Amino acid sequence: MSEFVQLIVSGIATGSIYALAALGFTLLWQAAGVINFAQGEFVMLPAFGMLICVSFGMPLWLAFLVTCAVAMLVLGWGFKVAIVDPLIRHGVIPLVIATLGLSIAAKSTVRAGYSALAFPFASPFPEGQFALAGVTLSYADVGTLVLAGGIVVALQAFLNRTVTGRAMQAVAQNADAARVLGIDVKRMVLYVFLINAVLAVVTALLVTPTYLAKFDMGDAIGQKAFFAAIIGGFNQTRGALLGGVLIGVLENLVGFYVSPEYKEGVALVLFLFVILFKPEGLLGRSEERKV
Amino acid sequence: MTVRSTWPWLVGMLVVACTSFFLKRSDIYLLSLCSVYLMATYGLNLTVGYAGQMSLGQAAFLGIGAYIGAILMTKAGWPFWCVLPVAAIVCFVVGLVIGFPALRVQHHYLAFATLGFNVLVFLALRNEEWLTGGTFGIANIPRPTLFGYPLDTEFRFFWLTFASLGVLMTLLWLLLRSPWGRAFAALRDNPIRAESLGVNITAYTLFAFAIGAAAAGIGGVYYASLVQFVEPGPFHFSTSLMMLLAVIVGGAGRFFGPLLGTVVIILLPELLRASTVPALQFMQKWYLVAFGVAVVLLMVWLPGGLLSLGDRWRRGRVGQ
Amino acid sequence: MSASFLEVNDVRKAYGAIRAVDGVSFAVGPGDIVGVIGPNGSGKTTLFNSILGQIEPTSGHVAFCGEDVTGMSPLELSRRGVGRTFQTLQVFGQLSVRDNLIVAAQEFQGSLGARLFARPDAGLGQAADQMIELFRLQHVAGLPAGRLSYGQQKLIDIAMAFMPRPRLVLLDEPCAGVNPSLVDQLRELLVTLNREQGGSFVVIEHNMDFIMRLCPHVICMVEGKVLARGAPADVQSNRQVLAAYLGN
Repeated sequence: MSEFVQLIVSGIATGSIYALAALGFTLLWQAAGVINFAQGEFVMLPAFGMLICVSFGMPLWLAFLVTCAVAMLVLGWGFKVAIVDPLIRHGVIPLVIATLGLSIAAKSTVRAGYSALAFPFASPFPEGQFALAGVTLSYADVGTLVLAGGIVVALQAFLNRTVTGRAMQAVAQNADAARVLGIDVKRMVLYVFLINAVLAVVTALLVTPTYLAKFDMGDAIGQKAFFAAIIGGFNQTRGALLGGVLIGVLENLVGFYVSPEYKEGVALVLFLFVILFKPEGLLGRSEERKV
Repeated sequence: MTVRSTWPWLVGMLVVACTSFFLKRSDIYLLSLCSVYLMATYGLNLTVGYAGQMSLGQAAFLGIGAYIGAILMTKAGWPFWCVLPVAAIVCFVVGLVIGFPALRVQHHYLAFATLGFNVLVFLALRNEEWLTGGTFGIANIPRPTLFGYPLDTEFRFFWLTFASLGVLMTLLWLLLRSPWGRAFAALRDNPIRAESLGVNITAYTLFAFAIGAAAAGIGGVYYASLVQFVEPGPFHFSTSLMMLLAVIVGGAGRFFGPLLGTVVIILLPELLRASTVPALQFMQKWYLVAFGVAVVLLMVWLPGGLLSLGDRWRRGRVGQ
Repeated sequence: MSASFLEVNDVRKAYGAIRAVDGVSFAVGPGDIVGVIGPNGSGKTTLFNSILGQIEPTSGHVAFCGEDVTGMSPLELSRRGVGRTFQTLQVFGQLSVRDNLIVAAQEFQGSLGARLFARPDAGLGQAADQMIELFRLQHVAGLPAGRLSYGQQKLIDIAMAFMPRPRLVLLDEPCAGVNPSLVDQLRELLVTLNREQGGSFVVIEHNMDFIMRLCPHVICMVEGKVLARGAPADVQSNRQVLAAYLGN
């Protein structure tokens, strides 16, 4: 029983990391109509950014802040201005292809310019475990859960409680109407890109200690993020959270009780079922097919 | 597509094929490999370019074909020519099944659905050791014979592969020229309007996947016999991704698009890798970076792919 | 009304509390041209979509040639000889004009399997060329439809609906966005097609002049209900209709 609870807790912890990346994914889709196939690389690049900062002797927290700033500039603003803005009028598919190209370019740059090896990455949390009510929990799991959960809750509060957050939601639902209401749509969309960049850096901070920093680490994370987003419902921010946690927990359970080899397949199977039986996602609203 | 715009391509292909008389074995092998990938990308061009369905799972069909070939030719001792239709039919059927999500979802959802299928196939190939040999793969796959004549050298096998590619391309061309080709285009351009004009979009969507998959399955058998060894690596979804980019970079929905795309994606980097000139080797290291950036730029400047350049030029002249 | 082959019987479509179509009945006989007018948002297109299976009506029945076709898919309806055009442009942008016309009719030629081995033009080349001539599109016949002007695409859109020689066509605002000189041409074309093919038309249109001269029978819809019906002159002079259009 305690083993089961442990699996659930660490599953929720991993799932909350997926949820963070998925959250950025859904926000980008809602506010800007962007499907970012390079989302995984948006996590991989900050991981190397922090790694490089640390190798210059910075403490991890400073490396994190510096990387956040750079990521907001490059992966937030730069991505929007250089790739999304010129492409968005061509429709979804050219942008998807462009982000695929971006993902290849990012991976190959790290591989050719830095290294093809996997690098260990210091965890922001202390090592070791503690017992609580007969269940052994690791500090890393609990720390991840608290940090990721805290960010998701804070983001929800920001979106629902603040004027800026509500304006962003208005843009996501109907950009034209928002414009008529005097909302600065362009700025709100930019905010979404910046938030996505920061979420990616946090994801990198949490995920890299287990995944290790490697040029292709983004493949797995990007996929999980997207699957989580679809499973939960692409047009619902809460959906990303549900999808991420569901994948994290099920992966742990399948990996332990069924077959560790097919652990990676859990998200896929869940995703295929959702697509076939409830394409709008578990929490999603269905969007009517436009004539 | 007119005859006039076709023959330069055909002559070009034949010229490249004839260089095999002078090339060394490893280069001929590379040409065969290109032909194999072309079978798969031509299938993908039908699915993506002509019928407008997103697919990131083509490498899975190539893999299924290759493993069917490997297993039947080594463990069961079947001849190459009997394996070929089996692989085609199996991939056709699996392609039909994979087409079903396409009836519910479009575009990026479909991209991930097919990608998910590819990842599952990859996991199965890696984990089901009793059948696939796991990461060790299956070795000693034989080369075929034709009416008792062994096609065992690189040179002979290349010409078999090349001729088969020619047959496959001709069949696809006939398909695209038939009313089906027009129906696929209608499905791509406007499925709702197509349905109101009696186009059975369900059937055509499924067939677009199934036929594309069958072409890749056939390519897979040739792959197995060419490399004489299969392991899961080449059938990772990143191969699917490169195939999709090959189709789109060349020009989706253009008959010779995959040809150009495959040169850019497979032939050029391999030639750079094989070169002994240090500058070219340096280029090989950064090739994928340049390629990725080029894809982004291409989407910004020329979303129709490289072959749409001619159209644009022609239209520009008409406009003046 | 015994000869009528389209019968719309008390069709309703509600979106929550909003009754987009609220109990509409009418009948169309062979060869008839029926106009449907009404202010924006009066439920005309929703009525079309309910008849054509694009959306499922909340209640009511649609019968075609004595067969209940309520909620039948657009594909099944097209097989029974019911065609339509859409309010917005719907051509196949990358296909040539000629291919647009051929694809509009080819799916009614033989079986799916037979079409795989059929001649490239599916035996429809001549029919397509005649239609191209009728619509005066000869000079653009080989160009991709998506590259033509709006007016030309509109003509292709309408020509496609007639390619399979449908028994009934529902035209949704054929004149929208078309310049006035083309409107007259369009009306003449429809009259010609009606005479030559013998099919029945139901036409939604805001251009009163067009409707009044084309349709012997007009239905006016307001807020999902039929407000008036009859000969164009009668409907036009109906005080309720005027009030609905001009506001109270």
